[in-house]
Amino acid sequence: MDIQKFKQINDYEWEIPKTGSMRVPGKIFASRKLIEEMDEKVWEQLSNVATLPGIQKASIAMADAHWGYGFPIGGVAAFDANEGIVSVGGVGFDGGCGVRALKTNLTLGDVQPKIKELIDELFRTVPAGLGSRGKILLSDAEVNEVLREGAKWVVEKGYGTEKDLEFIEDNGSIKGAMPEAVSSLALKREKKQVGTLGSGNHYLEVQYVDEIYDVEVAKKYGLEKNQIFVWIHCGSRALGHQIGTDYLKVLAEASRKYGIPIHERELVCAPINSEEGQRYFGAMCCALNYAHANRQVIAHLVRQGFSRIFPNAEVETFYEISHNSCKAERHNIDGKSKIVYVHRKGATRAFGPEREELPKPYRSVGQPVLIGGTMGTYSYILHGVKEGERAFFSSCHGAGRAMSRTAAKKKFWGQTLIKELEAKGIYVRAHSMSGLAEEAPLAYKAVEEVVEAIHNANLARKVARLRPIGNIKG
Amino acid sequence: MYEHFEHEADIGIRGIGSSVEEAFEEAAKALFDVEVDVEKVEAKKKIVVKCEAENIEELFVEWLNSLLSQASLRDMVFSEFEVKIEKKERFFLEGTAKGEKLVPEKHNIKDEVKGATYSQLKVYQDEKTKRWIAQCIVDV
Repeated sequence: MDIQKFKQINDYEWEIPKTGSMRVPGKIFASRKLIEEMDEKVWEQLSNVATLPGIQKASIAMADAHWGYGFPIGGVAAFDANEGIVSVGGVGFDGGCGVRALKTNLTLGDVQPKIKELIDELFRTVPAGLGSRGKILLSDAEVNEVLREGAKWVVEKGYGTEKDLEFIEDNGSIKGAMPEAVSSLALKREKKQVGTLGSGNHYLEVQYVDEIYDVEVAKKYGLEKNQIFVWIHCGSRALGHQIGTDYLKVLAEASRKYGIPIHERELVCAPINSEEGQRYFGAMCCALNYAHANRQVIAHLVRQGFSRIFPNAEVETFYEISHNSCKAERHNIDGKSKIVYVHRKGATRAFGPEREELPKPYRSVGQPVLIGGTMGTYSYILHGVKEGERAFFSSCHGAGRAMSRTAAKKKFWGQTLIKELEAKGIYVRAHSMSGLAEEAPLAYKAVEEVVEAIHNANLARKVARLRPIGNIKG
Repeated sequence: MYEHFEHEADIGIRGIGSSVEEAFEEAAKALFDVEVDVEKVEAKKKIVVKCEAENIEELFVEWLNSLLSQASLRDMVFSEFEVKIEKKERFFLEGTAKGEKLVPEKHNIKDEVKGATYSQLKVYQDEKTKRWIAQCIVDV
């Protein structure tokens, strides 16, 4: 993007001044270089989001931002609980998509010699790819319970432990879910998908902690150098996709009904207080719960897989976040504390210290922020800080794409990639070779630069870096 | 004919035909070619799809999303399509899709499409070529 279009606040904070029908300014937290490399559309989409009714403080984009659907991917926008709106574009078609990080008592030295065996085992154990089906078949009544209670319900059924729930955002069970607002089609599509990874950019990765930046926080988080981690990146599967599809249509009608001016079709929305808005919010909460349940089942399968290869392995939930969500949260706006509806589309919540939503062991140092890289590069753990308030306590969610899928497919071959990554000590199994090529590490921005920008912008601070040794692509 | 076009994070699909109906049919092939090698899908079983919308563009998205829902419900993929569109006070579509059960090894699975979106959504007749074009971005 043309950097001249922005007003520089400091090296990592840039503003789009309020003009025309914008209600608030736009804001990007990124370096000059990352902004210059971003698609022009990010500027346009940030400005459009700034025109929506009830928006608070600023329409925000993170360092990994790229062109999205109405809202940029990497976008954050909070809306007043009375005057504001809710929008599918601000959440995405995969509500609840996020990352579960599992920590283990194993080290690189334990796992590296058996990495192929482990990945092959997990590849067999965790269903993934187009059309994959899970092993749990839910009755209609059970589906409603999963949508209402999320991970809590699957733990009660024996998939995991109470301790897992403590370390999931909202304890894996967000309030406000309305299964009655979910279409019968969405419910039918859900069948047999709990505990499946999906495809696209979803993955399961075995990593080790290769660098620690903040010894104090790492200690609080229980992180040690060379410790083995597993990251699970996936979402709410067909249930969430159908909810997104259904409500895109409902909100298109609602925008016309309530006379909300829409600058880009995908920004269709409904007032939070309207029937349509309430129903979308309730259905979206079902998608969040479903995604928590899905990752809980996968975490359980991973635990079983580990125990078959490493009988003494202890695999615990480190933390789990959603990076596609809309949540009612308390924030400080113009010196007043109030509830706002924060949309995060490809952005991670990053609460600073002392928030009551955080698990007690982490509360004094802030929320763990999980930033996934690509299979050839690093992932990062950051911690939330009090300065994050200016972005509604949010951070980036990943590297962000730098190359289209079609271009990546022309440039890379799945089989060649597998060999190249293996030479780097990363063993990869994929359900789709072309899908693998689309996810080539070079099709993404350099995750280091993105993380550095968030760290320097003081939205979240680096704690540790993790390097992959094995990866399963959906 | 159909084609895919570039989008930074996802994929654009475009159907081109001598009528708006043909453009919709071709775009449906483009959609399933994102998920599998569509030419490997045999037209063994036929299903009926009905949908409606306020305008032709939203009808296009409805058509694609109905096909995705049906495919996922039935564990199928589709390769042959027929569309009829009627305009009254709203737009109505009645169509068929033919395909078969998804077999990952046979069909070469690629990306699962989460949904057809309103992004870069256009349905129009090209003034020069007189051909109809129906396109949008699909989220994968």
